[in-house]
Amino acid sequence: MKIALDANRPIYLQIKEGIEQDVLNGVLAPDEQIPSNSQLVSFYSINPVTVLKGVNLLIDEGIIYKKRGLGMFVSPEAPEILRKRFREAFEREQIEPLISIAAPLGIGIAELHTMIDNSWKEKYNDSL
Amino acid sequence: MIVCENVTLRYNKHIALQNVSFTVKENTICGLLGRNGAGKTSLLSLLAAYRQPTEGNIRVFGETPYENAAVMPKIAFVYGKSEEGNTLKVREVMELTAAFRPNWDADYASLLAKRFELPLKKSVQSLSHGQKAALHVAAGLAARTPLTIYDEAYLGMDAAYRKMFISEILEDYMQNPRTILFSTHYIDEMDSVFSEAIILDKGRLIAHEDCDVLRQKGVTVSGEITAVDTFSAGHEILSARTLGNQKEAVLFGAFSARERSAAASAGLTLSTPPLQDLFIHMTDKGDYENEK
Repeated sequence: MKIALDANRPIYLQIKEGIEQDVLNGVLAPDEQIPSNSQLVSFYSINPVTVLKGVNLLIDEGIIYKKRGLGMFVSPEAPEILRKRFREAFEREQIEPLISIAAPLGIGIAELHTMIDNSWKEKYNDSL
Repeated sequence: MIVCENVTLRYNKHIALQNVSFTVKENTICGLLGRNGAGKTSLLSLLAAYRQPTEGNIRVFGETPYENAAVMPKIAFVYGKSEEGNTLKVREVMELTAAFRPNWDADYASLLAKRFELPLKKSVQSLSHGQKAALHVAAGLAARTPLTIYDEAYLGMDAAYRKMFISEILEDYMQNPRTILFSTHYIDEMDSVFSEAIILDKGRLIAHEDCDVLRQKGVTVSGEITAVDTFSAGHEILSARTLGNQKEAVLFGAFSARERSAAASAGLTLSTPPLQDLFIHMTDKGDYENEK
């Protein structure tokens, strides 16, 4: 989870999204326990009700499940649910801004393609 | 549960509180916000049974608190006492408090004394401003009263001690849930600790809501100047600043999903404004109630 909270967004959403990111990145695996409510309260110095709000949303969306007396765990289907949702958001939130930043720089579509290819190769060792 | 029904408090001709009504559920951490002279201490001292209202009813755990021996041990009122002429030693103050508090946790009290580096053998009047405040809040925490009221209790404490106090409140609250009312001027520092807030202005209650709901009473919009101005048109602007051709404005009022998506497609970024900005606006105008 990210260490610092952003003052400009509702805290419960940031708690929720922090856990989602960890599941998506594999930091939290299916059936792995997530930080307890009290750990989150202490770490971020926030009201327990706020933590509960975020955690309850995750339960409602099937991202985590509760084991009575033990804590909260990542659902087996959570990575799939999140991947689907984040893929939908990816185009809107990442690709569109990328293009609107590239255009004023005079970067055309062909050049953008080359840039993406090169970055990809660099990161994944030439395997396109 | 704490219930205020049409509470009015007058000091001679001065009206400190006017027709204040609200309910705070048990085991809530509720912030009480207001400018100087808004009536915060008046309200809290009524709840703490220090005085009785001129008109209206107050119920704390189902009973009228004033001169009520059954309720008073359940309420702790922590405020910035001057302690001038108090020759008791810190240890003696702790022992005295313990005698009046059925839930007093002596182990926790000594742990807090260590954490706040309280000199147990020194007289209370000789303590620094910050040490006095630390003693008061430590006593408030260790008292474990079902209702604990902090009225600007940590004034004088340095940033490190304030931080420690906040984390102690939360830690202890999770182990021993209780109702906490907290008045403060440090809104930016405290608003993540409250789940709800009451806002007083000139003796009247102008808002009592979930903090997240309160924050949604406004929006911070940023982006290119003309786009921000177009979006802001017809809305109340609380504050604005520009840098080059970029502008950020804090607007008051609710915004529909359609307005929000229109903003996004105009290249604007919307975010939640700080509670403090909204608070300043609401108490400055005091006409929030009329706008509802």
